[in-house]
Amino acid sequence: MIGIIDYGVGNLFSLRSSFAAIGAEAFVSGDPAELARADRLVLPGVGAFGDAAEKLRKSGLDAFVKEQAAAGKPLLGICLGMQLLFEKSYEYGEHEGLGLLKGQVVGMAGKLPADLKIPHMGWNALSLTKPARLLEDGSYVYFVHSFYAQNCEASLAAVTDYGIPITAAVEQGNIFGCQFHPEKSGNVGLTILKKFCEV
Amino acid sequence: MITKRIIPCLDVRNGRVVKGTNFQGLRDVSDPVELGKFYSDCGADELVFYDITASAEGRALFTDILTEVARTIFIPLTVGGGINSLADFDRVLKCGADKVSVNSGAIRNPALVGEAAKRYGDQCVVLSADIKRVDGVFHVFAKGGREDTGMEAIEWIKRCVGDGAGEVVVNSIDTDGVKRGFDLEMLQAVSDAVDVPVIASGGAGCMQDFVTLFQALPKVDAGLAASIFHFGEVQIPDLKRLLRDNDISVRL
Repeated sequence: MIGIIDYGVGNLFSLRSSFAAIGAEAFVSGDPAELARADRLVLPGVGAFGDAAEKLRKSGLDAFVKEQAAAGKPLLGICLGMQLLFEKSYEYGEHEGLGLLKGQVVGMAGKLPADLKIPHMGWNALSLTKPARLLEDGSYVYFVHSFYAQNCEASLAAVTDYGIPITAAVEQGNIFGCQFHPEKSGNVGLTILKKFCEV
Repeated sequence: MITKRIIPCLDVRNGRVVKGTNFQGLRDVSDPVELGKFYSDCGADELVFYDITASAEGRALFTDILTEVARTIFIPLTVGGGINSLADFDRVLKCGADKVSVNSGAIRNPALVGEAAKRYGDQCVVLSADIKRVDGVFHVFAKGGREDTGMEAIEWIKRCVGDGAGEVVVNSIDTDGVKRGFDLEMLQAVSDAVDVPVIASGGAGCMQDFVTLFQALPKVDAGLAASIFHFGEVQIPDLKRLLRDNDISVRL
């Protein structure tokens, strides 16, 4: 049973539909007591880091996620949900993340070759940087983002080439993260979610 | 590197795809769910559903269909047609759309793009502009290309992008339906003016037209077409192989 963490950020329709399509039971909840009964957790998210981190804190879900991750429950952060796993973000100011992984989230502005647009939006290929349980090297996935994680150290699992290597996925023990949207990445994305259900 | 996107556009009226025709292996070519799935399976990078219904009943039917499509197809979905207010954005996003395309709605209410971008993020707001040359000047047309607004197109697009439109679909009325290639001159002018992704629409008649588009204008991000895909004149897997053979980055 997959618990999709609802903290008032973003539309969870596609994510729910994706799990339904692969025959996985999933429910959406913002209640830690309910989510604790899930055997895996997904932390979704779109929008601004500061706002999302604040909502996680206010709802008490930040402590819950940290405690569940520490207890070894598989956790998958998607897009902004992945960025929240890190220590810090510099998106419009400086914001604390969950600190489950080492690294910081920074903007692409000023770091890309001049002809590349921000956001990084569209299909791009994964290059694995270590053996990864959810991913296949060279497969195409769908990205929409303007900020990315850097200095991820041992958790870095895949990068994608956007003029510079951009952190595309992370994995460390029971903690997984995708900067891209598996729920929008066709069959490749569904396979990633399926593998997460099997770890 | 990020790939060029190939985007089929499906016009939907009263819950049925208009112009869908003879695909082998498809039971019902005017079923948006089935046609959407067909395109998704053969490698379309994104789908655009355009609601051309006029009635409220038709609109309700469209949102039901959209929900069903979004439940079945796991690639980005853009929805356009009849988007005049934030309530319209809300309605289609709740049904599983990822991006919302505005055209006449933004012309009638120029604050709409900015308000929508603020609420849903720039990446969610697509400006669709129907453009035609009038005495050598690019003009924006409203109401499905029937009404000259008198506005100069490049200024209009720059203004909307400044307000937060995250992507621009350039539909050339001059080349639409002519099938002799995209409007490179118009697309060049828009690509030079804005930094957000530009999607070319109107004029594709064969696979080579897409090769020419991306070779001549590397800043254009995507090619959109309707009838050449629906009538099977261009098969998406063949198109993508041809693009790859011409060193254009695509998802295969």
